[in-house]
Amino acid sequence: MIRLRVNDEHRELEVEPRRTLVEALRLDLGLTGAKEACGMGNCGACTVHLDGEVVRSCVTPVRRAAGRAITTIEGLSPDGSHPLQRAWCELAVPQCGFCQAGQIMTAAALLAQNPKPKDADIDHSMAGNLCRCGTYGRIRAAIKRAAGMPEE
Amino acid sequence: MPLTRRQFVGGLALSFVAGRAFADEPTGASPGKPKVADATEKAQAKGLKANVFVHVAPDGQATIVCHRSEMGQGVRSTIPALLADELGADPLRIRIEQADGDKRYGDQNTDGSNSIRGEFEELRQAAATARTMLVAAAAKRWKVSPGALIARDHAVWNGTHKLGFGELADAAGKLPVPKPEAVKLRPRSELRHVFKPLPLVDGPAIVNGSAQFGADVKLPGMLIAAIARPPVVGGKVARYDAKQALAVPGVKQVIEMPQPKAPYAFQPWGGIAVLAENTWAAMRGRAALEIEWDNGPNATYDSDAYRQALSASVHAPGTPARNVGDVDGALAKAAKVIEAEYHVPHLAHVSMEPPAALARYSDGACEVWACTQNPQDAQKEAARVLGIGEDKVTCHVTFLGGAFGRKSKADFVSEAAFLARAAKRPVRVQWSRDDDLHHDYYNAVNTQLLTAGLDPAGKVIAWRQRTAFPPIGSTFSPTRRPSAGDLQQGVTDLPLAIPNVRAETCEAEAHVRIGWLRSVYNIFHAFSWGSFVDEIAQARKADPRDVLLEIVGPPRIVSLLELGVSQLRNYGAPLDKHPIDTARLRNVIDRVTQAARWSDRGGRALGLAAHRSFLTYVAVVASVVKSGSGRIAVDEVWLACDAGTIVNLERARAQMEGAVLFGMSHAFYGGATMKGGVTEQTTFRDYRLVRMGQAPRRIHVDLVTSEGPPGGIGEPGVPPVAPAIANAVFALTGERIRQLPLMRAGIV
Repeated sequence: MIRLRVNDEHRELEVEPRRTLVEALRLDLGLTGAKEACGMGNCGACTVHLDGEVVRSCVTPVRRAAGRAITTIEGLSPDGSHPLQRAWCELAVPQCGFCQAGQIMTAAALLAQNPKPKDADIDHSMAGNLCRCGTYGRIRAAIKRAAGMPEE
Repeated sequence: MPLTRRQFVGGLALSFVAGRAFADEPTGASPGKPKVADATEKAQAKGLKANVFVHVAPDGQATIVCHRSEMGQGVRSTIPALLADELGADPLRIRIEQADGDKRYGDQNTDGSNSIRGEFEELRQAAATARTMLVAAAAKRWKVSPGALIARDHAVWNGTHKLGFGELADAAGKLPVPKPEAVKLRPRSELRHVFKPLPLVDGPAIVNGSAQFGADVKLPGMLIAAIARPPVVGGKVARYDAKQALAVPGVKQVIEMPQPKAPYAFQPWGGIAVLAENTWAAMRGRAALEIEWDNGPNATYDSDAYRQALSASVHAPGTPARNVGDVDGALAKAAKVIEAEYHVPHLAHVSMEPPAALARYSDGACEVWACTQNPQDAQKEAARVLGIGEDKVTCHVTFLGGAFGRKSKADFVSEAAFLARAAKRPVRVQWSRDDDLHHDYYNAVNTQLLTAGLDPAGKVIAWRQRTAFPPIGSTFSPTRRPSAGDLQQGVTDLPLAIPNVRAETCEAEAHVRIGWLRSVYNIFHAFSWGSFVDEIAQARKADPRDVLLEIVGPPRIVSLLELGVSQLRNYGAPLDKHPIDTARLRNVIDRVTQAARWSDRGGRALGLAAHRSFLTYVAVVASVVKSGSGRIAVDEVWLACDAGTIVNLERARAQMEGAVLFGMSHAFYGGATMKGGVTEQTTFRDYRLVRMGQAPRRIHVDLVTSEGPPGGIGEPGVPPVAPAIANAVFALTGERIRQLPLMRAGIV
């Protein structure tokens, strides 16, 4: 039995502790917002927060999350109103959308630590999140908008 | 009853409803996701349903079906808005429903940048038919001529009097459906919502994590399958032992897949499937399989050796594909001959979402949920694998996490269908990134030899293009020659104001499955001719823009006679409606070079390329710099696009921005290479994509305003990007790039 705190709810899971966190979230808890796209921590689509820190849940065994607070895209805000989620919609950032939960979770951790990031900070923090559709320019702009900074 | 998600992001005036991605029984929804039971479905029996696309319920709810797949191009934000506008509906009262595979929708293959360009008028016709019936019902009620009435804002108006669509729906539904010739499309001036930036209807569902993709759908009792597929195309299992795999906790079954026969088309790939309670167990079980493969004849496929074979192929005369004048004679008497060989390797799709499909089978019927671009082909392939009628297969379409042509191949869906019956349980087939890279339908590898003859003044008097690539046709029948449809993509359709032109195709045998990838053969043909024009300019010490405009020639409609072909497929469009118009190509070249201040570029290293594809004209200027580490970086890109009428300016702009990054990834890193018939790349570490820090600081997209018939949007931005970058690299470093990716030259 593994006890987790997911999006402020206590959850108990009877799972093989070496299984990945991303699949425990997706298959066992029904939180499918985090995606698995590479299985090796190379692309960031599975990004969630563990005690506020960014983790790649596809290479995180579920046992490592035991007793810790997990935040997924579903728990980032109660109604999709986090400043990043709003900025993402206002600037129509997503194309296919598959990587965007991971992008937003990484950006949320960045802004939590660095409320006014410089371009280089954004590039550095977001370097682990791939987007095949090529939404990077709008992601940068949306992060700045959410941070209340000029977008250019 | 369908699941309908009504999600409103605080502060946003988006009231479009994210439609149903699938029927309600499967669950993937988290407790946090609202499931709003919807009365609309019940009401659907009533009201007006003139055709499969539009329904108006007695409560006024208008439901519009999106019959094409959403894969990032924004089709769900575009087609329903167009139909709503033609209907006269209030865009805020539209419910969007995602279509299952069903021939009644016509072609659903979301491919070829065709959703708007191919069906702009047909789709409006569907909505206009419903509007005509609503107007007729109102005319009957008021006892006036329908000609005096106007449908707008969800009502039919007679002066200042109105009857809401809901009030009219039942009466309209009882009227006969008018003949097509009795239905008039609105004049453009009456379409008040489209031809502008439109809201992104699925944005809220994407940013809160509720949008459901291929692997997000779940059925009770479902098993997850990981398949060990033959590592070489045409290979098969010689022997296997499943004991270790079955010993992995969670693994339930091991099933041998059917062996495909050439031509492979969309058949399952063969191999051994491991079915488990979860993906982790399935993947571990697969790793524990002991399999001895018989790799077959394609195990000799080696990309380095093959490249030499392609080079030899283009150094011998091929089969003429277009011919004007006397190229050999002109080359013989030319004052100067320039020749260059270009090479682009196989490219992989690597959509962020690897293929995934869920199927269940019972009583001779199969139901699938898949991230497919082509649900009707998915039905067909599943039916073929199961030996049942296509009408016995239901295909629900989820969101697609990128597709780019890969997901119009139904192989992964037919794998799931086969396994669901064999396992007697619902089965989700889950591809890993490694599977996706190893078992792709790759874009063709290509080598070209371009030869130009110049007169003493430097004017090009002869142009010869030889191209060799294993054609997509080889996936469907044994062929080594491209089709006319292949050659229209940058060979037979190039507008060249040159008196002697010949294009030849040279043989190339396929050793992997070849497929179409966003803009397809245009990628390498645009790279070659875009680079070669720059080489000619360099040889003449002339400005590349001036030479490009000279070679494209004066504004004109290019005839078949001038092209030197007897016919041109022209992306399925009639030439009188969509001619090759050099004025439009020149215009995007002019606009993009003005925007980039080409004539005033000072020390900036700029590269230019232009290309027509999918009936759309695009020109790109790239600016490159050397970063602190001495590597090449693209710092700014300008793109001008003339796609004729654009329904959704906002998503068109997004597609062009995305095309720049897509083309940049090809240019920098693109390349799937094979050794011993096996693809060498396995992860995002060795099949690299451009990352955030490499994205240009600015991408300027200029969309030409036009009322011409619509061209494609999804693909045509891609082809000019790589040659523009390569030409900019030359401007910066003097190094001519004749093969992609740039990574191979060690400069990125």
